[in-house]
Amino acid sequence: MENYTFTHLSKTREELLAGSFSATSLTELYLKRALAGDRYNAFLEVFNDSALATAKRIDDKVASGKPMGKLAGAIIGIKDNMCYQGHKVSAASKILDGFESVYTATAIQRLIDEDAIILGRLNCDEFAMGSSNENSSYGPVKNPINEALVPGGSSGGSAAAVAADLCMVSLGSDTGGSIRQPAAFCGLVGMKPTYGRVSRYGLIAFASSFDQIGPFTKNVHDAELVYQIMAGRDEMDATSSSRLVHESPSAKDKFTFAYYEEVMNSPGLHPRTKALFVEKLDALRAAGHEVISTSFPYLEHLVPCYYVLTTAEASSNLGRYDGVHYGRRSEASQDIPTTYFNSRTEGFGAEVKRRIMLGTFVLSSGYYDAYYTKGQKVRRLIKDATDDILKKADFLISPTTPHPAFKVGEKANDPIALYLEDIFTVQANLSGNPAITVPMGTTDEGLPLGLQLFGRSFDEATLFRAASLI
Amino acid sequence: MEVTDKTIDKLSDLSRLNFDGEERDNIKRDLEKMLVFVEKLNSLDTDGVAPLVYMTEETLQLRKDEVGEALSQSEALKNGPSHDSDYFKVPKVLDK
Repeated sequence: MENYTFTHLSKTREELLAGSFSATSLTELYLKRALAGDRYNAFLEVFNDSALATAKRIDDKVASGKPMGKLAGAIIGIKDNMCYQGHKVSAASKILDGFESVYTATAIQRLIDEDAIILGRLNCDEFAMGSSNENSSYGPVKNPINEALVPGGSSGGSAAAVAADLCMVSLGSDTGGSIRQPAAFCGLVGMKPTYGRVSRYGLIAFASSFDQIGPFTKNVHDAELVYQIMAGRDEMDATSSSRLVHESPSAKDKFTFAYYEEVMNSPGLHPRTKALFVEKLDALRAAGHEVISTSFPYLEHLVPCYYVLTTAEASSNLGRYDGVHYGRRSEASQDIPTTYFNSRTEGFGAEVKRRIMLGTFVLSSGYYDAYYTKGQKVRRLIKDATDDILKKADFLISPTTPHPAFKVGEKANDPIALYLEDIFTVQANLSGNPAITVPMGTTDEGLPLGLQLFGRSFDEATLFRAASLI
Repeated sequence: MEVTDKTIDKLSDLSRLNFDGEERDNIKRDLEKMLVFVEKLNSLDTDGVAPLVYMTEETLQLRKDEVGEALSQSEALKNGPSHDSDYFKVPKVLDK
């Protein structure tokens, strides 16, 4: 058991049902790995008691011959911004110190209903704000491939835990690339569903019109399985879609892939990223797919638009942390105003405060139309232009990030670097489309690079199909 | 655009956040930088473009107006930093 090597969820399930091991021994193994092997600061807490209790329940079910869920034997870690009743959740923020969930996120409940075991909660950037996991109140996460490097963010712990085999699958949330970028940096598959596909009930809100929960996995098949279980209408999230989840994929086996000509000529693109991407496009052509170049008139507006709208939504969403209803209250409070001011000033980290301030600015009277409404108009232009491209092509294809994982502490506050960091990923959150990253290869130093596929809204089935082809 | 002390005062009041000393200089500088960054949106002509407000294209459905299970009072109070069995407690509002 000690040396158990995980490959696919379906294989683990079969082994469990065949009696190769018990869910309890599997859970004990992963608890041990997560505790002892976590040099990466990926787990903030392992749910020892509830994980073993669930394992026992699964073993009893196996013994009595009851039908088993699709995720029997799956050991899953969750990002520390998802509620699981009776367990702590903090969004990696001091302001939620001591908070314990009073209900369970729908996405997590659906996994549990299929006999998944929730192993623990995973480190992330505070309130999911960041691209390197250096903004956590509980310290940075290290990249298991090279500990001097960041794992990406904001779901850095979710990526590191799967890459280091501390769990089999993990959940992250993606507001501007927070699943896809760390998945690419850690050599994994990471997927953001269409906006509205997976219920946000029980996900601690960052930017409500952008946030989506999605999986980190070692292969496309597991990502599709976990996605399908989580997806679908939920009464508790009014924005969750009623559309059928199990639509069949396109019957085509040759697709049209569009890429941005501008991206190829971008000076910020790592030479190895470009070389691998060109190789991929050639391989697609050789396999009979059509590859077309296109241009996107709003490339340099993507990240500014994203910042205006997400900070506005964040400043509003984070208004609820008042030091009264939950979380942490400053010791230094003498009255109501100082309770609010001091609790928030002490509880939030620098990046969260920056974004609240910018969001408050763009929503304040006198600037609302010039910034917030303007951002919403640009979002419409971006969405319409994206839809136009996906009329000509089945998928948009790009590198997931311009370069591989960078060193801890390396990213200075360089706006150009910032703009390039998120450029390939934010478009899917602005337009709402589903997108997936799959490993594309490595640099000479062995650092993984990701390839992103971006598909039509609510056609995840075809997106997964194409992702498993390439 | 230049971010003035008055702007910082107003925003920090609306945000219920204090910025003192070095932190005040930092947030001023950062805000200026971020505003220059998002200024790029103004290069686009958006006359006649309808703002994209809702990401869902489906008509939102109202749920049935039925009494259902919700959080119990004790659960709702549980995470409050200060509470008794019925209420959240806050520091004194009125002086004697």
